[in-house]
Amino acid sequence: MIEVQNYIESGILELYVFGTLSEAETEEVAQMAIKHPEIQEEIISIEKAVISLSYSMAPYLSAANYDRIKEALIKKHGKVVDLQPKSHLATYLGWAAAVVLLIGIGWQYTLIDAAKNEVAQIETERDTLESKLNTLEMSQSETKQLLAVVRDQNNIVVPLVGQAVSPEATAKVYWNQNTQTVYIDAAGLPEPPEGFVYQVWALKLNPLTPTSIGLLDDFKANNSRLFAVSNTSGAEAFGITLEPAGGSVTPTLEQLYTLGKV
Amino acid sequence: MTQEQLLPLILKKDEKAFTLMYDMYSKNLYGVIYNLINDREEAEDVLQEVFVKIWKNIETYNESKGRFFTWIVNIARNTTIDKLRSKGFNNSRKNLSADNFVHLLDDSNKLSNMIDSIGIQEFVKKLKPKCIQIINLLFFKGYTQQEASDELEIPLGTVKTQNRNCINDLRNFLKV
Repeated sequence: MIEVQNYIESGILELYVFGTLSEAETEEVAQMAIKHPEIQEEIISIEKAVISLSYSMAPYLSAANYDRIKEALIKKHGKVVDLQPKSHLATYLGWAAAVVLLIGIGWQYTLIDAAKNEVAQIETERDTLESKLNTLEMSQSETKQLLAVVRDQNNIVVPLVGQAVSPEATAKVYWNQNTQTVYIDAAGLPEPPEGFVYQVWALKLNPLTPTSIGLLDDFKANNSRLFAVSNTSGAEAFGITLEPAGGSVTPTLEQLYTLGKV
Repeated sequence: MTQEQLLPLILKKDEKAFTLMYDMYSKNLYGVIYNLINDREEAEDVLQEVFVKIWKNIETYNESKGRFFTWIVNIARNTTIDKLRSKGFNNSRKNLSADNFVHLLDDSNKLSNMIDSIGIQEFVKKLKPKCIQIINLLFFKGYTQQEASDELEIPLGTVKTQNRNCINDLRNFLKV
């Protein structure tokens, strides 16, 4: 129950209603909504708010628009004119011609229909490709930004090595001496279990004083695994511990994942 | 009528369902489009294109793609952004008008004859400036969390929660 509440409070449902999540995330939320009625209810409430908001933003929309759209969608039919019968032969010929014509029209209609379906399908495909392109453009500019952070000449790079609880774990601290900003490259850390979060500590050694400089929030969602944390000055070492969601006031040393001296 | 009741009718492509759908959502989509394009006539053209697209592609919608409302809002946003691109207005969404929806309100107020939306318009103007920015980017302009975090210079991890707080303010006002 608490997990469901946390899920709701995380704000992901709002983005679901806005339509700005990735396909995979959208599907995940849709699944959660099926499993938990309270999530579904929350989604509907959020949607109501967003519907009211967008409704109130629209300028006056004249009724003529509806007719224009309807016209664009529904084609008008022409009238059928009766033929006068002249003789039996003419009648038969007429019927035969009509049958041929009907078959022809039917055939054409099938062709047109197939072509239309194809166009609609291609349009959908194009939309999908476009949104993929958008995502790629975004991730490229993100990568550029990350490179700029990591390459800065004023960085002190502190490698953090794995400790007893997770000897394989590694991480890196990029500490910019000009701006004092700190970035953590957490690509070498395992995914934290549900309900837990990594917390980063700046340490002074004599006496040992840990100061929290931030949480590696939304670990899964951050594909680059590069996190900005708070500025710090005068740190002599950095450590990362696993803490219950929300972080702790003091580090849980049994859950010390990585540690490194400046 | 709710979305849940409307959906099966729409999927049957019933002509009456189209009218119902238009009545239910045309103003919402027009609001989203107008916020991106800031021109009533252009926005009307795009709205027409959007409804034709929705109707033609309705078979491709299913609930694993999210809410129906979300699906049509995405079509509206994408179509508008396409239109802006094709007209050479801008190269990308990032360069779209810096106006946010609250600025546009003053304009739309004069034109709007909907008494019932005046209340929420007044409330929206009183939202915190941070909220106006964040809702404008995430909902109206369709930014991702990362894009919004860059634009507003707030940490990625707080985008979602700040946005939720803002929507909660709105929900408290609307009592939903």
